[in-house]
Amino acid sequence: MANKQKDEVQFGEQLTSRGQFLRSALTSGPGIFWVVFFLLVPLVSIAVISFLSRGMYGEIQRPFTLENFKRFIGFGLFGYDPLYPLIVLRSLVLGAATTILCVLGGLPLAFFIGAMPVRFKNMALTLVLIPFWTNLLIRTYAWQILLAPENPLAKLLVLLHLSSPGEPLYPSAFAIYIGMVCDYLPFLVMPLYASVEKIDWSIAEAAMDLGADGWRVFWHAVLPQVVPGLVAGIILVFIPAMGQFVIPDLLGGAKTVMLGNAIQQQFLQSRDWPFGSAITFLAMTLVMLSLWLYARSAGEKGGDIL
Amino acid sequence: MASNSTAIEVEHLVRRFGDIEALSDVSVTIRKGEFFSLLGPSGCGKTTLLRIIGGLDIPDGGVVRIGGVDAREIVAHKRPVNTVFQSYALFPHMNVSDNIAFGLRMKKVPKPEIQERVKRVMNLVEITSLGDRKPAQLSGGQKQRVALARAVVNEPQVLLLDEPLGALDLKLRKQLQVELLSLQRRLGITFVYVTHDQEEALVMSDRIAVMRAGKIVQMGESESLYEHPQTRYVSQFLGSCNILDATVKQRGTTDAIVDTPAGQLRVEYGLNPPNVAKSDKFTLAIRPEKVTLCGIAEGSGENRIKVRVEELLYVGSETHYLLRAGPQKLTAQAMNVKVGSQGFDIGQEAVAYLPAAGLLLLDD
Repeated sequence: MANKQKDEVQFGEQLTSRGQFLRSALTSGPGIFWVVFFLLVPLVSIAVISFLSRGMYGEIQRPFTLENFKRFIGFGLFGYDPLYPLIVLRSLVLGAATTILCVLGGLPLAFFIGAMPVRFKNMALTLVLIPFWTNLLIRTYAWQILLAPENPLAKLLVLLHLSSPGEPLYPSAFAIYIGMVCDYLPFLVMPLYASVEKIDWSIAEAAMDLGADGWRVFWHAVLPQVVPGLVAGIILVFIPAMGQFVIPDLLGGAKTVMLGNAIQQQFLQSRDWPFGSAITFLAMTLVMLSLWLYARSAGEKGGDIL
Repeated sequence: MASNSTAIEVEHLVRRFGDIEALSDVSVTIRKGEFFSLLGPSGCGKTTLLRIIGGLDIPDGGVVRIGGVDAREIVAHKRPVNTVFQSYALFPHMNVSDNIAFGLRMKKVPKPEIQERVKRVMNLVEITSLGDRKPAQLSGGQKQRVALARAVVNEPQVLLLDEPLGALDLKLRKQLQVELLSLQRRLGITFVYVTHDQEEALVMSDRIAVMRAGKIVQMGESESLYEHPQTRYVSQFLGSCNILDATVKQRGTTDAIVDTPAGQLRVEYGLNPPNVAKSDKFTLAIRPEKVTLCGIAEGSGENRIKVRVEELLYVGSETHYLLRAGPQKLTAQAMNVKVGSQGFDIGQEAVAYLPAAGLLLLDD
């Protein structure tokens, strides 16, 4: 059979179809295996478990039920209480606000680095990456110290009449967002910078030649060129920022429950795996949905992105 | 002085990039409605000059006037000039119609008028059916037409073209040369055209400025530039030329007798400056097509040199002969008028006739 068929020539070699199968199994097999067993299988289990019930001692058992989802929406044992939708909303706000702050800071930064002389570029990129190389906990505790009332930052703010003496800068929303932006800025800047480096500036010149002033050159001729990098950066920031709970706990005083805490609580403390799975499943669906909507609207503006 | 017939005046323009002087004291006047070419090898400053006129670069000294107004008083995005870029620089995320409409939108032209003008210009450059395509879906020639339409739709006083046909294959380039020229004639817009292709410049231009190392070395109408180059550089850059080292033997008022490695020749000064004739040694040049090859029987007479045919290049409509007369090499080009053999073969002895009026005296 293999002899009858004309064998394909690939990479300068002629392989029988069996040889071709073996080769692709050998090269892409491990990757496919990894994705199937460590991503697909757990995801499917979570989906299935979310429809099961919790036993007396935390075991997962039948019957299949929609109870977990009802409870998530807010119909619990004690009447209607939108606890979990609020947690999700809070996490969405945290993720979105962090993303917006990172975009506002990252856009000028990426262009600034892009415009630097070559010998300074690597240094600047290293500086951007340092937080990324530092352990999350160490970095967050460092912020606690920096934000303490007796340290220069707090004193400076008092001097500027932005806060009163002795008032702690953390725990506060301000502290949370400092920690969040510090954590996620590199994820936005790196892909964005890669796009900035590839900008065809003659297109910006063309826009200027055709009568566009500074802002309109940026909007019509420069920004569309970095959309791929910007989108990649936004996705890289938004998804993990939404699931983040360590930074809000450490810098926000552990007063509020985020999506991450809620899931962790259900799995570890309450030992309610079916309900934990339901939260996880719904949260993931929500993220996917919002990303899809975003990509679609961005796609209309900036062409092919995802 | 800016008169009504002047589109652009450039005076003493200087532009430096570090230690390199990209433009050194360039002055040129471009007339309204003319097709003006800047011709020179890469790095000669022609693109820099174009960019300064378009407001995309700022000179270190000198003045540019567009329609009599000092260009320093007009910000780049308000200049009445538009550019067709070498790389086309089409907006990749916009379709063809939006690309063309961009300039009009920036000027806040009313929408119905934009539609009307975009449509008209798309008809003009024959891309009517491409309106919805993205630049990535266009061929090189189509991109070129869109780039042209995007500039022309704004009805600029002057259109600047930076090697617009450079990226296209020869056949398409020839076709678009003709189209560009007829477009320019129809619109009556002043074209300033940058190219390194001498043939392109000759075919299209009313006037050509030949540039070298940041300076304009000679400027004039195509024909006079080709027939009467003043320097060796211009003669070599525009077309090809036989170069002979000559020594004056006898000087007259309209002509001179000179000694060359190929033998004694009579030279008519023609339009070339007599100051060249003052020196005793200079460069003599003659275009290959001005050299006539004849049979050995016609060997006597003025400016006739005995030569040997060393090589013969048959290019269809013409034959190029590489000749040798003693130490001097010469090339001759002849139209293949006769059917069959033109009568000269490699190794054959022949006579080359170098007409006195075709010989040029050049500065080095």
